[in-house]
Amino acid sequence: MQRKALALISGGLDSMLAAKCMLEQGIHVEGINFFTGFCVEGHTHALRSKDKAKQKRNNALWVAEQLGIQLHIIDIVDEYKSVVLNPRFGYGAHLNPCLDCKIFMIRKANDWIKEHHFDFIVTGEVIGQRPKSQKKSTMPIIAQHSGATDRLVRPLCAQFLPPTLPEREGWIQRDKLLGFTGRSRKGQIALAKTFQFEDYAQPAGGCCFLTNENYSAKLADLWQSQGARSYELDDIMLLKVGRHLRPAPHFKLIIGREKGENQYLQGYRKEFDSMMPATHMGPLVLMDGQNLTPQDYHLAAQILGRYCNCLPDESFTAELRFKDGTLQALTVNPFDKTDILPQWYIEKGNRL
Amino acid sequence: MSEHLLDVKRLLCPMPVIKLQNLMNTLPTGALVHVICTDPGTHHDIPAWCRMRGHSILSIEEKEEEIHFMVRKEHVNSQRDKIC
Repeated sequence: MQRKALALISGGLDSMLAAKCMLEQGIHVEGINFFTGFCVEGHTHALRSKDKAKQKRNNALWVAEQLGIQLHIIDIVDEYKSVVLNPRFGYGAHLNPCLDCKIFMIRKANDWIKEHHFDFIVTGEVIGQRPKSQKKSTMPIIAQHSGATDRLVRPLCAQFLPPTLPEREGWIQRDKLLGFTGRSRKGQIALAKTFQFEDYAQPAGGCCFLTNENYSAKLADLWQSQGARSYELDDIMLLKVGRHLRPAPHFKLIIGREKGENQYLQGYRKEFDSMMPATHMGPLVLMDGQNLTPQDYHLAAQILGRYCNCLPDESFTAELRFKDGTLQALTVNPFDKTDILPQWYIEKGNRL
Repeated sequence: MSEHLLDVKRLLCPMPVIKLQNLMNTLPTGALVHVICTDPGTHHDIPAWCRMRGHSILSIEEKEEEIHFMVRKEHVNSQRDKIC
């Protein structure tokens, strides 16, 4: 009887290798990938023209195709909010609830294998690779709190963990499992060579925006400005796009940094008042706030002027477009870059 | 045969694939789906997902900033589809 495993596929090398190790042992493997809304891969590359040299693809899909397995992509955006907002095991260095996240995803995978009569779960976890979630002490916590217990197999570091059910039952051979530890990637890269994997994603800084200091600062600012810890998908998507400046507590500006971002922001012009330069070339700006006054629009136009390379004392006109589509021209003296206060930038170290 | 429109403009990967996956699960074999995307990543992802599931891409067209796919649901591996 061929045993069946569900592999968590992130799109990176480790999960690809873990799934491949199971395929090599004759296991039927299918992949599962969870979309939280905070994924890095794909989105930044899709939005920013400067990243056009990078592959625009979903790496989990690509990995599944290389392995010749089915992939199930699951939208968990709404359910995942409880993980981000109330992590039982707390946050990492920023707003990254890595341990709760791993437990949540393996719990979802465990529900899936029960529903679809699969035998066990496979992950690409490596002891010591992540400071918050991939430590020897957290491995049993994840197995227990997810409910997967001994049906959770980590092929890449199994030699340092107690035998799991699939090993004890002989569904897989323990001596063919691996003993990788730490942050070095040498072992994985060597194993990839033996499997003849030549192209694989190597995400810099992890695969989740919540591990990014600037992104976490923008999320914290969102919660502070709305007076509640909550979010919708559009909120967290917009935090990935553009420069975010808060010149006053009741509104912020989202300023496109390049063509791709401007095009993306244009899609939100019915949800936000927006502004574009009328007399110069420059970015699109969304104005995110309530009860905006003429002074606020004037200030926003001056800030926009700074990003349009206006000459000193040059007149600058912005086209303000309200959410209902009505237009208004605003002629202002544009700001110089020294007029932009550093604390307006919503980024690490800056909180209102 | 029925033709369905799936407008996923503005959505970024993998949401276009998830929306297509969810719609295809509700459709009979032979149904056609016209998918409109703006994420350039869909150039790879929609065909990759269709190859994985055994569905056919009948056409791919670029119209200004939009990418239009015409997808036909095939009978192949229908059991697998049910558990997406």
